[in-house]
Amino acid sequence: MTTPLEDVTPAERARSTSFYEASARTRLELLLDAGSFAEFIGPEQREVSPHLKIFDLPEQFDDGIVVGHGRLDDSPVFVAAQEGRFMGGAFGEVHGAKLIGLLRAASQIASMPVLILFDTGGVRLQEANAGELAIAEIMRAVMEARSAGVKVVGLIGGRSGCYGGGGLIAGCCSALAVSEPGRIAVSGPEVIETNRGVEEFDSRDRALVWRTMGGKHRRLLGAADVFADDNVQDFREAALELLGLIGPFGLDRLKAEQERLADRLSRYGACLDAVDIWAAQGIAHAETVPQLPADQFITLADRIGRTSRDAR
Amino acid sequence: MEDLRFQHSVRTRAGGARQSAIVGVVASGNLEVLVERVLPDAECAIEIRTAAVGFGEVWTAVIGDFVERYSPGGLRFSINDGGARPDTVSLRLAQAVRLITENGQ
Repeated sequence: MTTPLEDVTPAERARSTSFYEASARTRLELLLDAGSFAEFIGPEQREVSPHLKIFDLPEQFDDGIVVGHGRLDDSPVFVAAQEGRFMGGAFGEVHGAKLIGLLRAASQIASMPVLILFDTGGVRLQEANAGELAIAEIMRAVMEARSAGVKVVGLIGGRSGCYGGGGLIAGCCSALAVSEPGRIAVSGPEVIETNRGVEEFDSRDRALVWRTMGGKHRRLLGAADVFADDNVQDFREAALELLGLIGPFGLDRLKAEQERLADRLSRYGACLDAVDIWAAQGIAHAETVPQLPADQFITLADRIGRTSRDAR
Repeated sequence: MEDLRFQHSVRTRAGGARQSAIVGVVASGNLEVLVERVLPDAECAIEIRTAAVGFGEVWTAVIGDFVERYSPGGLRFSINDGGARPDTVSLRLAQAVRLITENGQ
């Protein structure tokens, strides 16, 4: 006998729901306190892309991003979640404008954090110029929000990963949580292979893709601050943990981040593969890292890859 | 892209008090259904934008079967379709009705 749905607590449902498999709306419903989510510019307003019709392509009523506000452990938060299955979660004009508006509202209020659930391949090719502009405006809006005292947390664990301009925006956030299937990069595997040749990067070598761009490597490099197991409850707990960790933002913090990145480059810049980096970090049997279960990996990562809290 | 519209007279009003609900995503072989309680109790309307051109007859059959089975009076369904199969369409329509007739806002 399975338990009837109404007897399952929200936390149990969130724990048993894969973040990777869930839709943007389900992720938000289970990430936030039950019933607390309220949407801005919902699908019934039909703010669809003005470009897709020209290309004879189907639209989505929310243009692939859900924005709004809710409560996380009783504290108010702004949230944005990209739908990675609609056009690869890519940024178009309306999609981008919804996130920009949310971040600007957060800057004005200055006390409510913003959670961005990235799930994107980058700019939507059919809206290239508008999409590129949106990325630039979002990056500026993130930095302005942080300057106003807003904590901006990125959660990455969707099927489209976080690529292209999404990778750039993630790099601007106060902190990131990532799961194993969540990938963070700018150029994707196929893009690198097309431009630099298969000797540089074989996009069909999935193991290479995961260990180069996957969540475990990003966590060990310090690009992501927390590693979450692939369920919504783990991401909820990661977001709460990060909101408690993020310190004040200013020029000192940016200088410390620059120093951290320069130090990382001088230490690992000559490494040819992620496994070489893990070995250089002092991880015994570095080649087994991709096989480690989440709990064992988190123990390892907490020992090795803690980002200095002075940086970012 | 092809636009299709269906209008049906139905026996009874759909239950519940929710004003709108949305299910599904627009992806290959998938669709989104936005359902809104905006019509008189004895009417039902379905508006479809589909990427798969030339399947009007199949849509007519699927929608006819759905309306007969659920009697979704007072509801307008707006569909963005990425080329879903008929069984997927039936499933999403049923999910949409279930969601809007649930308790809640």
